[in-house]
Amino acid sequence: MIGLLSYLVFFATVAAILSIAVLGLNLQWGNTGLFNGGVVAFFGAGGYGTLILGGTPQADHLGGFALPYLIALSGGMAIAGLLAWGVGILTLRLRHDYLAIATFGVAVAFENLMRNAEGLAGGAKGLRGFERPLRQALGDGFTYNLLFLIFVLGLLIATYIFLERLIRSPYGRLLRAIREDETAAMSLGKNPARIRLAAFIAGSVIMGLAGGLYATFYAFISPQDVLPILTFQIWAMLIVGGAGNNKGAVMGTFLIWGAWTASGWGLSRFAPLEVQLYTGSLQFILIGVVIVGMLLWRPQGLFEEKLVVSQSGRAKHLKQQGVRE
Amino acid sequence: MVEPILSVSNITRDFGTFRAVDGVSLDISGGSITGLIGPNGAGKTTLFNVLTGMLPPSSGSISFRGKDVTCMSPDRLFELGLGRTFQIPRPFSRMSVLENVMLAPLAQIGERLSGPFLRSREMRNQEQAIHARAMEVLKFVTLDALADQAAGQISGGQKKLLELARVLMADPQLILLDEPAAGVNPSLTRVLIEKIEELNDAGKTFLIIEHDMDFVMKHCDPVIALAEGKVVFQGTAQEAQVNPILLDAYLGAQADV
Ligand SMILES: Nc1ncnc2c1ncn2[C@@H]1O[C@H](COP(=O)(O)OP(=O)(O)OP(=O)(O)O)[C@@H](O)[C@H]1O
Ligand SMILES: [Mg+2]
Repeated sequence: MIGLLSYLVFFATVAAILSIAVLGLNLQWGNTGLFNGGVVAFFGAGGYGTLILGGTPQADHLGGFALPYLIALSGGMAIAGLLAWGVGILTLRLRHDYLAIATFGVAVAFENLMRNAEGLAGGAKGLRGFERPLRQALGDGFTYNLLFLIFVLGLLIATYIFLERLIRSPYGRLLRAIREDETAAMSLGKNPARIRLAAFIAGSVIMGLAGGLYATFYAFISPQDVLPILTFQIWAMLIVGGAGNNKGAVMGTFLIWGAWTASGWGLSRFAPLEVQLYTGSLQFILIGVVIVGMLLWRPQGLFEEKLVVSQSGRAKHLKQQGVRE
Repeated sequence: MVEPILSVSNITRDFGTFRAVDGVSLDISGGSITGLIGPNGAGKTTLFNVLTGMLPPSSGSISFRGKDVTCMSPDRLFELGLGRTFQIPRPFSRMSVLENVMLAPLAQIGERLSGPFLRSREMRNQEQAIHARAMEVLKFVTLDALADQAAGQISGGQKKLLELARVLMADPQLILLDEPAAGVNPSLTRVLIEKIEELNDAGKTFLIIEHDMDFVMKHCDPVIALAEGKVVFQGTAQEAQVNPILLDAYLGAQADV
């Protein structure tokens, strides 16, 4: 019983962390139309940043600045934001597919750098020397994990509220206008370059938060955690949930992460041995099928973006009647 | 003569080896409704794009309200009071008609990241004012009943009216309209003309591209004609009606009636 419960806590923690990353992507893609194909680089920057800033000093690689945890976590987010700023300045002139390719390249370069630059972050062996905050007081057991889940859920809710408030304000209107037609927005006095960059950085900082929490949870991060598959998973979560809809983003995450976990478990449990060898590959195929299927049959996702309309002077959301680009 | 609000001198715009706008010079006087006519492909829209900063000119200079604005970006020009509509409407499709219009005002508190979080009361008050004005403007262009529709779904003519509503929302001094009446039904065109004249009386200047000669001759003065990128005529509507070049090239059919 406690085994199942502790598994549920584990599952919910990872799903909640990934939800935060998906919300960050939703700000970029769902609201602003920025095709970030390198989510994992910003996720990783947050993770590596948090552990380097908060870990104990290491002889063989950078860091171990032993900063208090919340400062380390914020620092990780700031590093993700800085990376986004640099990448953004260079690539945000690019439109959809080119931006996707460029950011995908950034993520692959990030992974390679982490794998090969041992002096920077421990190379392929990963980054060590980090201890989970308050571990001495709380130990390693179920209580710790439960409290950490609560901490993560708190941050998920805070992120959610922040984004909802943002996209329902004139700022959200501005982001959507940039997504819909940059030229028209420009003709109405808006500066797309500035707004795209702001949304790209804000979304990446949120991904950095997710990465920081992820690395904290495992007290470890390595190049294996920043492989392109994670970018695809995060995209699948957003597409299934519904781009442009924050509730959809969170629901999509729990759904896809649930399906991913269940399929891994199911395959390893019930599939014949020779099939089990290919569990990972089969899961890759599965996630591809889900993305393609969703785009074909329900491109708006399970939870459609709502149209902001007016009723008695108050902006309110109503069901949108199937308008696509 | 009145001080020109927009002054264009020797503007040229090339696409590769093709010269779409060829040494155009003109002055738009404040308070006028100037008509810009010319055959398809004459370079009218291209000239608009250059004037509004959407395309840099290959050579020449532009000054707006006494300020050199050559190569200034469209958003800055809009802030200075130069608004435009597009020949082919560019609605924000997956946004409501209302949102399309509410986007336009300048200096919105909520368009800065601090707005929704640190200045939310001020922002809400401003939003209310913008909302009220947006409904007024939508009523003005007879789109108020469609406020909650997705802008991508309204009809082609309604999209043209939405273009106009958006640009009016921010209250620019000079408004460039690219074929405002094309595809709009005649009774709505009449409404449109009334609105333009009403705004003109209130001090707004218009530069209007239009193929409907009836519209141009009745409501625009002066008239400028462009052909193959060059200004071929510049004068009053009356002069235009008897000008041999225009009669030949453009007004032939109507002149015979
Ligand atoms: N981006 C571009 N690249 C290449 N050629 C262009 C471009 N834009 C316009 N042109 C060319 O420039 C010429 C003028 O086009 P423009 O759209 O300005 O004509 P117009 O006077 O507005 O015509 P219409 O009355 O049909 O709208 C055309 O021959 C067109 O093909
Ligand atoms: Mg044209």
